[in-house]
Amino acid sequence: MADLDVLENDQPLLVAESLSKSYGRIAACRDVSFALYPGEVLAIVGESGSGKSTLLQMLSGQLTPSAGQVSYRMRDGVTRDLTSLGEAERRFLFRTDWGFVHQDPAQGLRMAVSAGANVGERLMAVGWNHYGRIRDTASDWLSRVEIDITRIDDAPRTYSGGMRQRLQIARNLVTEPRLVFMDEPTGGLDVSVQARLLDLVRSLVAELHLAVIIVTHDLAVARLLSHRVMVMKGGRVIETGLTDQVLDDPREPYTQLLVSSILPP
Amino acid sequence: MNAPAYNFAYLDEQTKRMIRRAILKAIAIPGYQVPFASREMPMPYGWGTGGVQVTAAILGPQDVLKVIDQGSDDTTNAISIRKFFAKTAGVATTTATIDATVIQTRHRIPETALHENQVLVYQVPIPEPLRFLEPRETETRRMHALAEYGLMHVKLYEDIARFGHIATAYAYPVKVNARYVMDPSPTPKFDNPKMDNCPALQLFGAGREKRIYAIPPYTQVVSLDFEDHPFEPYRFNAPCALCGTENSYLDEIVTDDQGSRMFVCSDTDYCEGRQAVGHHGSLSAAPYKDKAGPHG
Repeated sequence: MADLDVLENDQPLLVAESLSKSYGRIAACRDVSFALYPGEVLAIVGESGSGKSTLLQMLSGQLTPSAGQVSYRMRDGVTRDLTSLGEAERRFLFRTDWGFVHQDPAQGLRMAVSAGANVGERLMAVGWNHYGRIRDTASDWLSRVEIDITRIDDAPRTYSGGMRQRLQIARNLVTEPRLVFMDEPTGGLDVSVQARLLDLVRSLVAELHLAVIIVTHDLAVARLLSHRVMVMKGGRVIETGLTDQVLDDPREPYTQLLVSSILPP
Repeated sequence: MNAPAYNFAYLDEQTKRMIRRAILKAIAIPGYQVPFASREMPMPYGWGTGGVQVTAAILGPQDVLKVIDQGSDDTTNAISIRKFFAKTAGVATTTATIDATVIQTRHRIPETALHENQVLVYQVPIPEPLRFLEPRETETRRMHALAEYGLMHVKLYEDIARFGHIATAYAYPVKVNARYVMDPSPTPKFDNPKMDNCPALQLFGAGREKRIYAIPPYTQVVSLDFEDHPFEPYRFNAPCALCGTENSYLDEIVTDDQGSRMFVCSDTDYCEGRQAVGHHGSLSAAPYKDKAGPHG
């Protein structure tokens, strides 16, 4: 069994090969390649307009690359090119084996239905048909993301920003995905709430052995969560490496600038 | 009564042809909403423009038409549509469910069991069962195409979380032929079981939303539910005050401002039929007592 696990973790979960995306003459993303392994957290950092979000959308199959390909190792162990998946398969993947945490929780949640239903939706989408069990699982997840269970029947529009973000995480993790995409998950939250959220994400990632691709412009977030960092500028990856290495000893002038622009604590 | 200025059944033949094509496609794909080029009808939207167009397209000179509105043959909507076709098509009309070949209905399915030579035409205000949860038409179409119906259960979940039971009482979503989830139009959920394996053809027309859908005869129609909260038809727990039946869907009628009320069959033809053969309820009027003879 241990051997099997090693073998499992030995193969990359997601591989990007020379991904490029151009809008007419504007190249939003140029020649990005990397491999992501199970349980690994990769941060993509860079300033606005550096191509982070375009890259994330291509990786998650929401945007077709102009060149290059993304392949993903499915739960059955077969690695497949994302563009070869039918729409039904891609959407199924998206609501079972993947998660996507948006910066704006309104995009990732149904603001008008209760928190319980928000968490339960993915379960119902994969055929769960027992109200009691759906509700139990939903309340279990709410407590795991530190939301008071008495709020289970309240709609997320009555929630604070931090709670919404935690609810979004619970909604994504309920089907036990292996890979979660996060797009600036701490954007717009105040510092103490950010810290709590990051703490939560970090413990969930370790506990569930999640692979995460997190896009952020906040180097503190990258340092706290990620194992590896990719620095982007003008659509290209200019530096990549272990988080501590890149942030403590940046090689590229641009990365040095980014790192030095953080106020010392 | 035929007004020569109109084509038979008001619509021109090309339009009827277009609608019939949509109907044929709808029958071929049970529960699927077929778009059609809905016409302006001489009545406001919400009064059955979809149903009227479907009826006009399938009506032949030999047909016998019945029109009901909330089960009743004698409300404004029902009378107007019945007279409309009597005038523009010259077809025979009836109020007896058993004699009709085409029944246009708003919000009810007759209590009398339908048979193979009948077509039931529903007037539909909002054909999309997912609409209130997902406002984007592009998205709901994709969800139908991929049979992604988890969202429908989200609505039922919300009902139970809020009220302790599935509180959706009308327009209760059904799955047709184990494939498409369909809105049965705002019929009470009491009527849902009647749609399952029904010998009559059921056609649904939404004029404003420009959609036609259908349930062919003898098609499986299942009401959505949870294992631990199964579907249950609902009726007021009372006998009909006029005909005494315990099995029909009842209207609640407030009779004064002191809180008095009576429950009567919503299907007027069914109720009158029962009274004519001697059944009576607690508030039956005198003429029916006379008819009923010694039972008083």
